[in-house]
Amino acid sequence: MSKINKTLEIRTSPHIVRGLSTDDIMRNVVWALLPVAGFAVYTFGLTALVMLSVATLSCVLSEHILCRLNGRESTIGDWSITITGLLYGLTLPPGLPLWMVAVGGFIAVGLGKFLFGGLGYNVFNPALVGRAFLQAAFPVAMTTWHPAFADGRFFSLDGATLTVPFMEPVYTAVTGATPLAAMKFAQQPTAAYDLVFGFTSGSAGETSALFILAGGAYLAVRNMLNWRIPAAIFATVALLSGILHAIDPQHYAGPMFMLFSGGLMLGAVFMATDMVATPLTNRGVIIYGVLIAVLTVMIRYWGGLPEGVMYAILFANAASRHIDRLVQPRVYGTLKQAKRGS
Amino acid sequence: MQARLNAKRSFRHGVHPPEQKEATNRQAIRQFPFAPVMVIPLSQHIGKPARAVVREGQEVLRGQLLAEPDGFVSVAMHAPAAGVVKRIALAPYANGKMVESIYLQPFPGAGQEVIEGRPVDVETATPDEIILAIQQAGIVGLGGAAFPTHVKLKVPEGKSIDTLIINGVECEPYLTTDHRVMLEQIDDILMGIRYLLKVSGAGRAIIGIEANKPDAAAALSAAVPADLPVTVEMVKVKYPQGAEKMLITALLGREVPSGGLPIDVQVVCINVATTAEIGRLLPHGRGIQERVITITGPGVKRKGNYLIPIGTPLRFALEEVGLAGNVTRVFLGGPMMGQAVSSLDVPIAKGTSGVVVFTDEETAQIPQKVYPCIKCAYCVDACPIFLNPSRMGILAKSGRYEEMAEDYHLMDCFECGSCSYVCPSNIPLVQYFRLAKGILREKKG
Repeated sequence: MSKINKTLEIRTSPHIVRGLSTDDIMRNVVWALLPVAGFAVYTFGLTALVMLSVATLSCVLSEHILCRLNGRESTIGDWSITITGLLYGLTLPPGLPLWMVAVGGFIAVGLGKFLFGGLGYNVFNPALVGRAFLQAAFPVAMTTWHPAFADGRFFSLDGATLTVPFMEPVYTAVTGATPLAAMKFAQQPTAAYDLVFGFTSGSAGETSALFILAGGAYLAVRNMLNWRIPAAIFATVALLSGILHAIDPQHYAGPMFMLFSGGLMLGAVFMATDMVATPLTNRGVIIYGVLIAVLTVMIRYWGGLPEGVMYAILFANAASRHIDRLVQPRVYGTLKQAKRGS
Repeated sequence: MQARLNAKRSFRHGVHPPEQKEATNRQAIRQFPFAPVMVIPLSQHIGKPARAVVREGQEVLRGQLLAEPDGFVSVAMHAPAAGVVKRIALAPYANGKMVESIYLQPFPGAGQEVIEGRPVDVETATPDEIILAIQQAGIVGLGGAAFPTHVKLKVPEGKSIDTLIINGVECEPYLTTDHRVMLEQIDDILMGIRYLLKVSGAGRAIIGIEANKPDAAAALSAAVPADLPVTVEMVKVKYPQGAEKMLITALLGREVPSGGLPIDVQVVCINVATTAEIGRLLPHGRGIQERVITITGPGVKRKGNYLIPIGTPLRFALEEVGLAGNVTRVFLGGPMMGQAVSSLDVPIAKGTSGVVVFTDEETAQIPQKVYPCIKCAYCVDACPIFLNPSRMGILAKSGRYEEMAEDYHLMDCFECGSCSYVCPSNIPLVQYFRLAKGILREKKG
């Protein structure tokens, strides 16, 4: 019985694992985002394709280089940075000059993720950190919108896309306001049908609620996304806007408009659900979702900006760990003991 | 199947590992031969080691007392075969330590007959006499914990027991020991329950069985006589349904207080194989010298349920059943909580409920790479005690053990392994918690 004299591995229990790894989860999120990105390319053409590629590549390369500079193993293999890159790109106006896209990508990874210690340690959603930086640094470029469904969009780039760094971008085609801006500054609503199916202008990935919801549903079914977060956001936004709309329909857009316009869908489904930056418990994520919704509604209705989803999520990210501390689940057997003591 | 669908009782959270019981759950219990040399550790239980009452060179009969309990939290050891005591010396044990053990060489052709002691009649014996008899019979929790059973049954002053729970859940994947015992040793189980009801003073007994064993539940329900207040209840198939606390909650809706014992909620919970052992041994005044274990896993040729003498070296047991493939890991107990052994010289002990053998194919499936915690909260949703393994893992990594105990109830963790099982980042959470507990205990002591 020579076989029996083999060296045996010693490892502590459990000796089996479920077999779903972190990179599996990350890859699935990438799959879920691809249709959204695909629709962005279909809507905005070559300009969006180039912009999304640059956004993703700039994030992936930044992570790779930063890891190497710090003498660590590169972590691009865990796919999380690909999500960040794609998400980041999807929040940008399609015609944004590429050098700005690349700078923002570097900031997203450097300030949003690497500075905190890399995957798992970031407090904020890195993609939104990048976007917030661009919003502050280039407010005009960040609110200049590329027209949707322009003729010949698959064969030509927007003039501003290839702007030389630090030069004034020159746009070949500019559209009017996004539905949110039209509503806020001109009290001009957009048809719900156009919003749901994405026949409007806006950031690359925010225009089609349909693809975003489908991707979210795919992840939620596989338990890779906590559905309570978008559910809490949608319900709260609908409730608050419903009440205010009933009071003053002239100034306050109704629930349908609020849910399907701007970055709410993309934000609620893909941004607010970044596992790392959300609370751990189910009670915690509901508080977190409600917080995002309240802040979003407040900024949209009463703030200086037409859109508030990004800041709302960033604020809620910062609150996540504190929410966790507030709503620790009751440990088995503790309540009864407390009763006994009293 | 009807019964399986009807099982609604359960606890919250938990995990669903593949059951892997098909290979052995229809295999009847088979008698195992005697090994050429058996090793009986004097400490196979939680508590003080037993004290040897035989000397080297002495001839003993099968079932003869080898060692007597040393104090209350200690149990007796009996000879698994008729033979000669070769020596009393340190021998490797499953936990990796060296333990004082009796080396017994069975006589060639030794028979199966067992010597009998003083019978304990369930009708006339007092509770204290039964407790003493259980201790003298060397009975410990056969589900894996190996805690002396009589200690659990000693009801402290001012406390009482209203319900006796017989644990036939067997939620660990691969293991079918309790399943077979419930099909083949029904009379012993019912007799054991009579003793346990008498000693505990409980008015009723509930046999809890996981819904993947409807045949066992049906057989037991049909066999319960009218005069015995016993019900058979199915519980959902979910790990760790068989953990004492989880089963009590599933069956009675009571929660054992943190840091407390089942007796704090008027319950005592005894494993079904332990119960069968009590019912089989006490009427004859015998001691425990063999037990049923499942030997299974992809690395085993003749998988099955075996009645195996306690003290049989693992090497002999595996040679008997035959190994297949490139064996890389052998563990005692199930895959969720079982202990991997470093040497095949360790003996099968009273607390060994199974032996599972993995080959390189199974061990290759366990990832090596550890990612940082991504706060996915899978562990939070798996922990049956509602701890926060994610946070505790981070604290453990930076050595903040006191914080884990004070703010996050570390000591309530019973190491079921559900958190490590679901962790996508492959963080050795349970290992961290064991380490933290050990360090805290050392600091205190």
